[in-house]
Amino acid sequence: MKIHIKGGRLIDPRNNLDAMHDLYLAAGKIVAVGTAPAGFHANRTIDAGGKIVCPGLVDLSARLREPGLEYIATLESEMDAALAGGVTSLACPPDTDPPLDEPGLVEMLKYRARNLNKAHVYPVGALTAGLKGVQLTEMAELRDAGCVAFSHADVPLVDNQVLFYAMQYAATFDIPVWLRPQDASLARNGVAHDGQIATRLGLPSIPVSAETAALAVILLLARETGARVHLCRLSSAAGINMVRRARHDGAKVTCDVAVHHLHLSEMDIGYFDPHCHLIPPLRSQRDRDALRKGLADHTIDAVCSDHCPVDDDAKQLPFAEAEPGATGLELLLPLTLKWAEEDQLPLPVALSRITRDAADILGIDAGHLTVGADADVCVFDPERYWKVEPASLRSQGNNTPFSGIELKGRVTHTLVGGLVAHEA
Amino acid sequence: MWLDPRNPQLNKNGELHHLLSLDGLPADVMRQILDAAESFVGVTQRDVKKVPLLRGKSVFNIFFENSTRTRTTFEIAAKRLSADVINLAIAQSSTSKGESVLDTVANLAAMQADMFVVRHAASGAPYLIAKHVGPDIHVINAGDGRHQHPTQGLLDVFTIRHYKKDFTQLRVAIIGDILHSRVARSQIHALTTLGCPEIRVIGPRTLIPSDIKSLGVQVYEDLREGLKDVDVVSTLRLQNERMKGSLLASGQEFYKYYGITDEALAVAKPDAIVLHPGPMNRGVEIDSSVADGTQSVILPQVSFGIAIRMAVMSIVAGNWRG
Repeated sequence: MKIHIKGGRLIDPRNNLDAMHDLYLAAGKIVAVGTAPAGFHANRTIDAGGKIVCPGLVDLSARLREPGLEYIATLESEMDAALAGGVTSLACPPDTDPPLDEPGLVEMLKYRARNLNKAHVYPVGALTAGLKGVQLTEMAELRDAGCVAFSHADVPLVDNQVLFYAMQYAATFDIPVWLRPQDASLARNGVAHDGQIATRLGLPSIPVSAETAALAVILLLARETGARVHLCRLSSAAGINMVRRARHDGAKVTCDVAVHHLHLSEMDIGYFDPHCHLIPPLRSQRDRDALRKGLADHTIDAVCSDHCPVDDDAKQLPFAEAEPGATGLELLLPLTLKWAEEDQLPLPVALSRITRDAADILGIDAGHLTVGADADVCVFDPERYWKVEPASLRSQGNNTPFSGIELKGRVTHTLVGGLVAHEA
Repeated sequence: MWLDPRNPQLNKNGELHHLLSLDGLPADVMRQILDAAESFVGVTQRDVKKVPLLRGKSVFNIFFENSTRTRTTFEIAAKRLSADVINLAIAQSSTSKGESVLDTVANLAAMQADMFVVRHAASGAPYLIAKHVGPDIHVINAGDGRHQHPTQGLLDVFTIRHYKKDFTQLRVAIIGDILHSRVARSQIHALTTLGCPEIRVIGPRTLIPSDIKSLGVQVYEDLREGLKDVDVVSTLRLQNERMKGSLLASGQEFYKYYGITDEALAVAKPDAIVLHPGPMNRGVEIDSSVADGTQSVILPQVSFGIAIRMAVMSIVAGNWRG
């Protein structure tokens, strides 16, 4: 299959490319940028006039709800959502049922995903058996089975000795450890940022210190163990400042932010909107502004969709009882574009945070359009408005705080391995 | 949608459709409720205590959390308005069988309910219910988690108005567990809406929410400083479980530093009144000699509570022509 993507604005942050270039794909690879190779006869030409052609997006956190939680969403539905959102590579957290703590489970997930022939799935393994926080998993074997990193998802890991050993053990094999900093006891029972809105609405709260106290421990243990640590979904200005300072002092940590947190704050909870019950909690407007700035100045390396499909039954409950999370795969691109437009950032910077920067954290060869690379490509219309609503989303758990809102930027073509996997 | 999306307890004409919170309740609506309650105080003192304002209507008391006093006063109020009252203690029934709040409510709505009086342990539950009932059903919040207890807040300002007349000259102190108190949150919004210039909250830092100042109050940690020259002393119930956890050391220490005794009350204005939403922990947040003393208006609060609930029910039902 030979494909010619014609007349688009090609943006490839890894190769510092932003120009009107045609792209040529053959046998699953990128074969030329700009001028067609000699004797290239396309089987198909995609007209990208007025559109942007960029690497397929890389998402650092997308829950696919398999194995075990298929009543909420299935691999099929969520992989369709990924493609509709232009995402061609994604990492999935280990908090499935059972958790991804055995090589067999990981191999099965990889096998199921491969057979669907959609986006590439990179499982993040469980740091402890059953995510119970007691016994380490067989990290080296799990890595050989396909895990790219290890995490505790959003399950509290309360025992710092276990965390210390887990980081030491992972460092032995040079395996990355992904952690979302939150002190379990300081966050106990909390459902909203400890601020004005929680005070007004009488919601049990989570103080910023729940994030910073955990961050302090993680940063210290990372230095002591030499583990490669990635911090997931920071939520506060104080947290960003700690990471900035630690990096200045030589710490080799990376971090990301969820795309919802670039746009929403505690204020959006309004009258107890359960769609705004997210993990970590939406914090103050000042925190949100710090996250936006941190992502722009690259203190925050990447932005993820934090895709968490939740069904209506689990959302139509009083705020504190509603299951946290929102669908995100199909909103990652438009919400990243919205951030860039509002903060007047160049498109290549914005796209970098959801392509090459995320791929670097995952440690995979993806997120760029270098000749010879796998042809994972996203073509989108940056000017097309669309309304976020259940009917316009592929994800089975289509709850999102952005429901009913018009967003700009719609994917028209997603190519995986040189084949058109999604077209709209 | 027949409701105002910016304030889902009002309809598009700005009239009260549900009573969910005193936060954002317009001052004229609040005064309308207080004035209506004034006329019902007369009714409750007559030999024949019934008026036909809700005749033929069905009021469902849905209590997902236990309550005796509030449920009883709502029941009396509805009966005095000639409504049929159905009491459901859901805490012991459907939800323990796994039914969701909305399923329970949908089933009751199918029984031709006109009004739901709801108490729930989770903040915001009445909003969820109000959002999902049809346009002919009214929802009254009878206490949701730590959020609001609007009829209690209204009866408290009714009591204050009864004794003190003018809100714009008042200094009010609210003492105790502000963090977990829906009563305190309701009182604060009612008082600020009615123009009270100085509201103080008094308690140890563990029981004061972090951003309470954003609600327009001043924070005092010392009881005597906080009570100095106040016109109204509003005490709050200290839940038994608070005395055991890590928020407080003991009921005894709380009493010593924050309990309202005659001696503490002496720094308030001589004609200060003392409120308590009940049920009281004598010897913890309040001393018996204050609770039973001349400055206490705790029992009048209970009587006024019936009039306030009659007023709220007739107004949301659209049957009040004051």
